Amino acid sequence: MRTLASLLMAVALLTLPAPGRAADKVSDGVVKIGVLTDMTGFYSDLAGPGSVLAVKMAVADFGGKVLGKPIDVVSADHQNKADIASNTARKWFDENQVDAVVDLVNSGTALAVMPVAAEKKRITLLSGPATTAITGEKCNAYNVHYTYNNWALANGTGREVVKNGGKTWFFITADYVFGKSLEADTAKVVEASGGKVLGAVRHPQSSSDFSSYLLQAQASGAQVVGMANAGADTINTIKQAAEFGLTPKQTLAGLLVFISDVHSLGLNIAKGMYLTTAFYWDRDEASRAWSKKFQSHPDNKKKAMPTMVQAGLYSAVTHYLQAIKAAGTDDADAVMAKMKATPVNDFFAKGTIGPDGLFRHDMYLVQVKSPDQSKYPWDYYQIIKTIPAAEAFPSVEAQACPLAMKK
Amino acid sequence: MQALYGQLLVGLINGSFYALLSLGLAVIFGLVNVVNFAHGALYMTGAFVAWFGLSQLGIGYWPALLLSPLAVGVLGMVVERTMLRRLYQLDNLYGLLLTFGLTLIVEGLFHHAYGNSGNSYPVPEALQGGANLGFMFLPRYRAWVVLVSLVVCFGSWFVIERTRLGAYLRAGTENPRLLQAFGVNVPLMMTLTFGFGVALAGFAGVMAAPIYQVSPSMGSALIIVVFAVVVVGGMGSILGSIVTGLGLGLVEGLTKYFYPPAASTVVFAIMAVVLLLRPAGLFGREA
Repeated sequence: MRTLASLLMAVALLTLPAPGRAADKVSDGVVKIGVLTDMTGFYSDLAGPGSVLAVKMAVADFGGKVLGKPIDVVSADHQNKADIASNTARKWFDENQVDAVVDLVNSGTALAVMPVAAEKKRITLLSGPATTAITGEKCNAYNVHYTYNNWALANGTGREVVKNGGKTWFFITADYVFGKSLEADTAKVVEASGGKVLGAVRHPQSSSDFSSYLLQAQASGAQVVGMANAGADTINTIKQAAEFGLTPKQTLAGLLVFISDVHSLGLNIAKGMYLTTAFYWDRDEASRAWSKKFQSHPDNKKKAMPTMVQAGLYSAVTHYLQAIKAAGTDDADAVMAKMKATPVNDFFAKGTIGPDGLFRHDMYLVQVKSPDQSKYPWDYYQIIKTIPAAEAFPSVEAQACPLAMKK
Repeated sequence: MQALYGQLLVGLINGSFYALLSLGLAVIFGLVNVVNFAHGALYMTGAFVAWFGLSQLGIGYWPALLLSPLAVGVLGMVVERTMLRRLYQLDNLYGLLLTFGLTLIVEGLFHHAYGNSGNSYPVPEALQGGANLGFMFLPRYRAWVVLVSLVVCFGSWFVIERTRLGAYLRAGTENPRLLQAFGVNVPLMMTLTFGFGVALAGFAGVMAAPIYQVSPSMGSALIIVVFAVVVVGGMGSILGSIVTGLGLGLVEGLTKYFYPPAASTVVFAIMAVVLLLRPAGLFGREA
């Protein structure tokens, strides 16, 4: 009799109107987003606290609730260590009911967390890591790679600079997975576009002195010096390149340069450099409006404009929350299906997420302005070319993600 | 071959930084008997003081060259007076831990205030540009760095090893009680010596500001190598730290040419070998 009663109850519950039912479909009664980023290290200015802010803004702008349940944001510092990243994520999933881990700047931490999330059927939204393996051979069904990857950066800058006459290249490369894969990807593009790679030098991560490498670049006689490194390494390379008189005889091509880097270098040193970016705050009305809101937010202590990583993260989290709303549940499979089925169209970008989890959207080749071209604070870039999504990102076939190939 | 000359010169430039920093460490260890792990943080502070002076107060590079080491020196003396002094009768390890803790705090504060990308400090006008030496382009500022470090390093060596003042300083380490009996204010001398040692770090910081990005982590990137230099040279040996600083700079320069990925490890490999063969270091006196 009791069983029959509960069965009836269950049926009655199932037939309730959709919103009421959906509310029960949010696991643990809360949607929890964990921002796992580099809070104090190399990438803390381009991601870090600004990423946490972007996620909080996304949640606040969404209304703080989805399907009638609160949205919670937690954050932690992964210190650029893969083991810390995966342990934190595991703890979040097991003990803190975290539904999605976002940011994961630094490819090493991203590749460490992705399998943990997939195993627990939780979602990762990556903004910041760059290796193409994320949506290539290491892809999984619960991951979205937002903002950019190495291929997009390499192609944007590599192809366009060769087209503009920079035929011979020399690389200054950070000696770890990210740098090497960025160099390899760019070299391929340069050669495919009719350019020639004269040589490369690998430096240990976080070297402060680049003069030896710059001398080798100078001696190579290459027209373009490609910098396949990031953060403080790139900043010091650019600064010392100016000191050693590489520029303007040789052109610098930044393969991963953020507006925070340009800001800290100053236009006098960075001027003339080409780089590829997914986002520039001053691109149009919508990007300006959002960026100014970000800049003037009381939590943004340094009053910095958003980097592409931070802007991308806002967009990714908003897309995720919209997918939960549309799916009527925070179940990872349903949300992923919705995210991939729905095109993104916001201030950050227009585009779609492929079956491999890669978000394909337009990228921009920009040139850093000189001090006299810059009219107001943060007026740093001139957009030289909009690279359409189809050209900016690798095709699903080229990515060779086993997940996407089966279909 | 031309490229090799260039690398040797660049090695010499980096070596002068190592020499300048390891000299300060050696002075502090040799004369005050403290393993000063805060040296990197003070070097960074020196660079920041210069940057702050220029961007906020309009104080240029030349006055900063004097003011910044002075500020860092005073800071160091306050630390010595209020904290380090209490640890002199204990094992070296306590001083090391204290200064290491201070490093973390100072770097954390700068991080919080200025972020990680750091700030740009321009090369002073008089030292901009450079000369083409045929085998390489030598920025004028780098030449200046080598020159100044050599003068400062050998000047300090001369004062400590060859003058009466230096004799007092050395006597203060050997037998402070006896020296005090002669009417020398040993505690004050210790404070001033410590202040001088850290002022050297501040000075190196100002010298480095136009070359490297002025960022909170600039010290920690360098300090480990500098400690290796001091160990190879012989803990506390003034001449040892200068010669080894320059020498290891050269070796590192060569490594960057022949096998770049090992550039950050070669110094430590040498340190391991030296410790195995001569535990007191190349210039150290066996205990």
